[in-house]
Amino acid sequence: MMTATTSSLTLDLRGGLGNEGARALSVTGAKAATDGLSEMKIRARNLSFFYGDHQALYDNDLDVRTGKVTAVIGPSGCGKSTHLRVYNRIFQLYRDQRAQGEVLLDGVNVLSPSVDLIELRRRVGMIFQKPTPFPMSVFENLAYGIRIHYKPSRSELHDRVEASLKSAALWDEVMDKLHKPGTALSGGQQQRLCIARAIAVEPEVLLMDEPTSAIDPVATARIEELVVSLKDKYTIVIVTHNLQQAARISDYTAFFYQGRIVEMGLTQQVFTKPKNQQTEDYITGRFG
Amino acid sequence: MTAKYRLQREVEKIKTELLLLSGKVERAIDQAIKALENRDRELARTIIERDEEIDTAEVDLEEACLKILALHQPVASDLRFMVAVLKINSDLERIGDLAASIAERAIFQIDHGCIEIPFPYREMAGKAQWMVRSALDAFVTLSPSLAQKVRDADDEVDAIHREMYFKILAKVKENPDRAEALINLIGLSRALERMADQATNIAEDVIYLVEGEIVRHHHGQPPRS
Repeated sequence: MMTATTSSLTLDLRGGLGNEGARALSVTGAKAATDGLSEMKIRARNLSFFYGDHQALYDNDLDVRTGKVTAVIGPSGCGKSTHLRVYNRIFQLYRDQRAQGEVLLDGVNVLSPSVDLIELRRRVGMIFQKPTPFPMSVFENLAYGIRIHYKPSRSELHDRVEASLKSAALWDEVMDKLHKPGTALSGGQQQRLCIARAIAVEPEVLLMDEPTSAIDPVATARIEELVVSLKDKYTIVIVTHNLQQAARISDYTAFFYQGRIVEMGLTQQVFTKPKNQQTEDYITGRFG
Repeated sequence: MTAKYRLQREVEKIKTELLLLSGKVERAIDQAIKALENRDRELARTIIERDEEIDTAEVDLEEACLKILALHQPVASDLRFMVAVLKINSDLERIGDLAASIAERAIFQIDHGCIEIPFPYREMAGKAQWMVRSALDAFVTLSPSLAQKVRDADDEVDAIHREMYFKILAKVKENPDRAEALINLIGLSRALERMADQATNIAEDVIYLVEGEIVRHHHGQPPRS
């Protein structure tokens, strides 16, 4: 099932209120710039989440700043990925999962039924733990989403694919194998291909759910460099179990524990002088 | 053995090594003052020779700290502890050098015919020793309040140091033939004043360790000379 990226979601999830919802989302950037909240790309408010009867998140309040990298850390099962999956409503692919509260993207609640899911997922791209290239060529992996969203001319399509691969620091490595299968690339290259695919539809936010946990240290370093280089253009939220990675690449860090946000602050502050004892105990390895 | 347990064990070893080093340094200060008071050339020589032990211990401790930083990449209180130890280690080595410098001045005084020291160096030395001891106690007991007392005491040592110049100058005018020995005493006062400064640095490292705040140059404290 192709559920790996923003563009793949459009295969399964055409719905919502079409143009009206899309307009509602697209005008909000300008609105936010004038109401003093432009620094915050996403504001989660009283966000709770349920898997059937089981409550996984409790009243999460979290601000994600525009053009910054926010790391989400915490022990397994604490709700990090669950929280992230609300931002582009990917959880709705599954039955018996529901979110409660608000997630404001540029001031508009993405949980509102009027939001166009296709447009939401274009704006909020997602990269997963395991690289998930489509069973297509490198070129088609990117072209697929671009065609859906922009209906480009042949030359425009090629330009966008090239630009996206360059942004993902992959172009030099794949320029002579654009028509080879994406799955033939190395693990690290596949993950950068997935990032390129997310970038290709010009998102505003990139959600990364443990993007380097399945690749080797050298490939991890390249992804980390890429994340840092991308933050000027995109707002990035990254879930990671690698605390050093969170410390290296993020501007802000949120610590989750048992479905609650225990602490959120500047990464430098969280990793040198956390305010909360639970955060201290977790990042120093005393539990978790 | 978990990585966390290994880190804690390494940290305990570091703490023990630092306390051993501080013991050596405190003894060096004590003996340097005694050598000066008792005109004891042998004791002074011993202190100068033993400074090498302090230097070696400092290098060993620094290497142990760097190993922990590289292998365990500590964060939060563990990171602050390592940073504090690295800085205190360096401060202690400097204090050891200053004790050796006092010992050298004791030998100089003995060689040039002892004269009465025209400023309250015993009081100054007593305060500097108290500051070093208390700063290290503050480190062991994680006491920012004791560390703050050390910071406050620095002004008293600075005041004696400032007055010293005038007292030496007056003595030089009275005894121009003893000018060389008297001017050498400026170095004694300077060493004690620097010792108090280093103790203040340790106290500030302790405040950083406990509270995570860098208080150097801050909080309306009068600038130290």
